[in-house]
Amino acid sequence: MPDIEIPFDHRQTAHCESGVMSSLLRHQGLQISEPMTFGVSAALTFAYIPFVKFGGMPLFAYRMPPKAVIKGLSKRLGIKMHYETYGRPDEGMAALDRHLEAGRVVGLQTSVYWLSYFPPDMRFHFNAHNLVVYGKRGGNYLISDPVIDVRVECDAESLKKARFVRGALAPKGLLYYPESVPAQPDYAGAIRKAIRYNTGMMLHTPLPIIGVWGIRTVARKIRGLKAAKAKHNRLFLGHLVRMQEEIGTGGAGFRFLYASFLQEAAAILGQPVLTDIAAQLTAAGDEWRRFALSAAKMCKDRMAMDTDQLADQLLECAKLEEAVYRRLRAEIKPS
Amino acid sequence: MKNEEVPQQAAKAFLGHSKALYAQDATGHYGIVPSAGWEAEEIVLDQAIAEYDLAAAEALERARRGQGSALEVHMWRRRMDVLLLAQSSGFFQWQVRRHLRPGALEALPLSKQQRYAEALGLSLDALVRLPQEA
Repeated sequence: MPDIEIPFDHRQTAHCESGVMSSLLRHQGLQISEPMTFGVSAALTFAYIPFVKFGGMPLFAYRMPPKAVIKGLSKRLGIKMHYETYGRPDEGMAALDRHLEAGRVVGLQTSVYWLSYFPPDMRFHFNAHNLVVYGKRGGNYLISDPVIDVRVECDAESLKKARFVRGALAPKGLLYYPESVPAQPDYAGAIRKAIRYNTGMMLHTPLPIIGVWGIRTVARKIRGLKAAKAKHNRLFLGHLVRMQEEIGTGGAGFRFLYASFLQEAAAILGQPVLTDIAAQLTAAGDEWRRFALSAAKMCKDRMAMDTDQLADQLLECAKLEEAVYRRLRAEIKPS
Repeated sequence: MKNEEVPQQAAKAFLGHSKALYAQDATGHYGIVPSAGWEAEEIVLDQAIAEYDLAAAEALERARRGQGSALEVHMWRRRMDVLLLAQSSGFFQWQVRRHLRPGALEALPLSKQQRYAEALGLSLDALVRLPQEA
């Protein structure tokens, strides 16, 4: 197969899935920012799932499960997506080559651990990392990875492994691209629906582990950590901070990313009050960052462990966020 | 977060790369600002890696005394635990636990060893060999 390089505009973004979607759409001529992608897909959340374990620790999520951005965005903007999965790895790699030969850039779902270009200390078993392939040179694929600041390359063997790992969220070689993109999507309508949906989930999900209620539950759990289990407590808090801040959050568990979306939405909807609400959400995000810093320092004994302080900080986050979502619902009425 | 508050504490894990954070400029408008790293993130990342390294070192020590196995050392070195190794090899967790006992892996038919080799990204030779260091 000859070398192929399809012209593609690589931009680093905060989150892999919204980054891939915004750059694939831009490639097709639809100018859309990462925050708009994230906001319209209503991907913001808080979830504490004690029965799903990662390295023996419960799952904390600050955004909706993988593929929610792709699905939510395409549904609300009327984009038709094309998806392919494969039973056999070799078939999946051959199909990728055929798409590149046809001049098509595609998004892939992969496992971070097996991507050879990732810095070794950043490689963990997370199977829903998204990236864009825009060419092939020698045996290597040319990749625009939205969370990496530069263009990268990955050897075929590693990419194959990354696309076909087994286990939770197994990608099964998932390959996708937008098939048809509306020239003038109805942004205003999509934004309203997305905000109604997102705020409803954060405020009114009748489960104590989702949304604002979920944040309060975690605060209570932190307050209840037993001082005698010092090692477990450190691991628990460290894990929580990693889920909140590690690669691809844009800071403060996506709160800053969503605030940026609200600023854009203010202009599109002609409702300057959303800028004001964005500032409130920024304050909540800043509190999340202070919480993360205190928790990390306590893990490392640079600060005395004080679970009451951490719990109070989380309750403050919950209070600030609740005010944001209530105000948003008051401003954005169902159409 | 303001642009000037974006932490720039060069994280060794980034190998000179940066990550994108959303922050506000002087007018309050949001945009992407590259961050070289943040103390809080570095602490918790180091902590997570140290846990796997420690588990691998302990497993290696046990294996040398004949009370552990190469499979367990490989598992921790690949930043997996029993649950993850079970999911990625297709065995049940109770089977994986049994295969972690001394001598159990070598007694498996090659086809089953192959499943572990693939899940861990190792050759069959490397799979049964005890690494020199954790």
